Amino acid sequence: MAKITYREALNQAMCQEMERDERVFLMGEEVAEYNGAYKVSQGMLDKFGPRRVIDTPITELGFAGLGVGAAMAGLRPVIEFMTWNFAILAADQIVNAAAKMKYMTGGQYDCPMVFRGAGGAAARVSSQHSQAFENWYANIPGLKVVMPSNPADAKGLLAASIRDNDTVIFIENEMNYGDIGEVPEGDYIIPLGKADIKRVGKDITLIAHSRMTGYALLAADELAKQGIDAEVIDPRTIRPLDEATILTSVAKTNRAVVIEEGWRFAGIGAEISARIMEKGFDDLDAPVARVTGKDVPMPYAANLENYALPSVAEIVEAARVVCNRA
Amino acid sequence: MTTKNQEENQAGITQEGRFYSAERLHAMHDMMLYIRRFEEKAGQMYGLKKIGGFCHLCNGQEAVCVGMEEASEPADYMMTSYRDHGHIIARGSDPTAIMAELLGRAGGVVGGKGGSMHMFDKEKNFAGGNGIVGEQVPIGTGFAFASKYNDDKRVSITIMGDGGVNQGAVYESFNMAALWKLPVVFVIENNQYAMGTSLSRASAETHLYKRGISFKVPGIQVDGMDVLEVERKMAEALEHARLGKGPMIVEMMTYRYRGHSMSDPATYRTRDEVDEWRSGRDPIVRLQKQMIEAGLATEADFKQKDKDIKKEVVAVAKAAEAQPEPDLSALWDDIITDEIPNAYPYPRQVG
Ligand SMILES: Cc1ncc(C[n+]2csc(CCOP(=O)(O)OP(=O)(O)O)c2C)c(N)n1
Ligand SMILES: [Mg+2]
Repeated sequence: MAKITYREALNQAMCQEMERDERVFLMGEEVAEYNGAYKVSQGMLDKFGPRRVIDTPITELGFAGLGVGAAMAGLRPVIEFMTWNFAILAADQIVNAAAKMKYMTGGQYDCPMVFRGAGGAAARVSSQHSQAFENWYANIPGLKVVMPSNPADAKGLLAASIRDNDTVIFIENEMNYGDIGEVPEGDYIIPLGKADIKRVGKDITLIAHSRMTGYALLAADELAKQGIDAEVIDPRTIRPLDEATILTSVAKTNRAVVIEEGWRFAGIGAEISARIMEKGFDDLDAPVARVTGKDVPMPYAANLENYALPSVAEIVEAARVVCNRA
Repeated sequence: MTTKNQEENQAGITQEGRFYSAERLHAMHDMMLYIRRFEEKAGQMYGLKKIGGFCHLCNGQEAVCVGMEEASEPADYMMTSYRDHGHIIARGSDPTAIMAELLGRAGGVVGGKGGSMHMFDKEKNFAGGNGIVGEQVPIGTGFAFASKYNDDKRVSITIMGDGGVNQGAVYESFNMAALWKLPVVFVIENNQYAMGTSLSRASAETHLYKRGISFKVPGIQVDGMDVLEVERKMAEALEHARLGKGPMIVEMMTYRYRGHSMSDPATYRTRDEVDEWRSGRDPIVRLQKQMIEAGLATEADFKQKDKDIKKEVVAVAKAAEAQPEPDLSALWDDIITDEIPNAYPYPRQVG
């Protein structure tokens, strides 16, 4: 295994799938000649040429819809949004077209495509550029929502998403692009819909996705020092959710904290904690706690931004409360 | 074309039949130079990591900022993209508050919440500072709608880039504005690039002033490196809108000297190309030459002025840096106007 970055892992997945399947192409703003705003598509124009790696005008609704049509016509588009903040402009094509095309056409048309790009909070870019939208898309039947938290998962999950026959919302995290990790070489696929136990523990289950998985692991280290042995689970696929892995863990630990960067109201944590309550109620020794972003648009000032985001300390504190150790 | 004007015994320059007094020319020059030095300072502060996130400078585009402001009325509305420092400075907002915003300080124009991309000043009728490409175009059309509704003769100056002009909502706005004869001037700052994408790689019709043809929105192209031409053409467009003749498109041909944002090395363009604009067409040097030729100033005057402005900018940066960060309680301010206290999510609370 080689040590590579999260962005290189995503690049490998796209290259691997484009080599395998002639129908796959990459389209988005600055993906070709600039090698990607965040350099995820580095070298892909050179490798695959302008027929398959295509720079667009700044016209998100247009090229998202173009992707939908191309998918319906038999291609396998990978549509990059520079960030998911800009995908809001394309929401109609994603939600009204891609997500329900198969259903509305009685199964005549498929929409096998990936919408991908950076999501979540970046650093100091204020309210319009620092937002988590996974709960929006996870609410929509017809979509799959995938979020990798480390380089290996980034490669395996993106490759699987491109091979998948449905529309996949693939949300990367800008703050993770430079993270380095061991990534299997060659063809590598991680099946969608499978959570991963990132740390085994017996006292409490921490459930976190994307960048928050790293935070949960740091919190687990801190909790270990305080005598609390935390298990960390990364759902990896948000929709559909591998609740069996979560429920099995909670049956063992009897306690859980769900962590997400996004807003609490109607967030991913709301769904996961509701499922634990519905299906694992008898296993619980304490109410499930949530650690989330504060209920505010993201501010620019460094101190306010820091305060708005979830922190490792908040996760530790929540876990202590759930373990009756606060 | 540039002549010393002796009429009314007033020193100045007449260009294309329009007279500019020495006083006014100095003011325009000083403002352009101020913006240039302010941006350089901002770039420096970014390098020192005192400014974070995305920071888009407008070096090279100062004539657009200043010429437009000169032509407009204070009551006219103005809004633009994230490349907003120059415009809000030209509008007359407090430079210390602008720098404080860049630094994320309590005394920033929006209290440190927005940073570089989100400068707003309602008192100056400056409505952003919009981070989503093209977003301000329908919003600017809405301000124009309100002007027409209130019949108060205010024009909405709605600015976008050569990349932003490809967003669909721009054309929806053109159509509505023309259909309802709204007083809006759509300004396209054509600085030739949208991030790393040159105009011709993103637009089939590169004459952007023609983009309104099928909506019956007239358009003109302006040398955006000539502050006097910007002022003159913008004055025409504003008059057109103010007289109730509907919207107009003004394409400003300009160039950004720096990368797209502070993190862009701008390797997609040649040094020669940048030099051609920078040393051949610089708007500040151009006006200085015109003023010297007309006997309105000397090179030494401009050198002294530059020194003074640099000092002013240093003082502004110092004053801004001395300000405290926002109080943590500000996190919860300005989210909802009519807070409902007993319903979840509860205002000003975690969880
Ligand atoms: C809807 C949307 N898509 C993409 C971006 C990312 N982005 C920021 S600026 C920019 C280029 C805009 O270029 P242009 O309109 O020419 O303005 P300039 O930066 O040259 O002033 C892009 C693609 C964004 N902010 N919003
Ligand atoms: Mg541009």
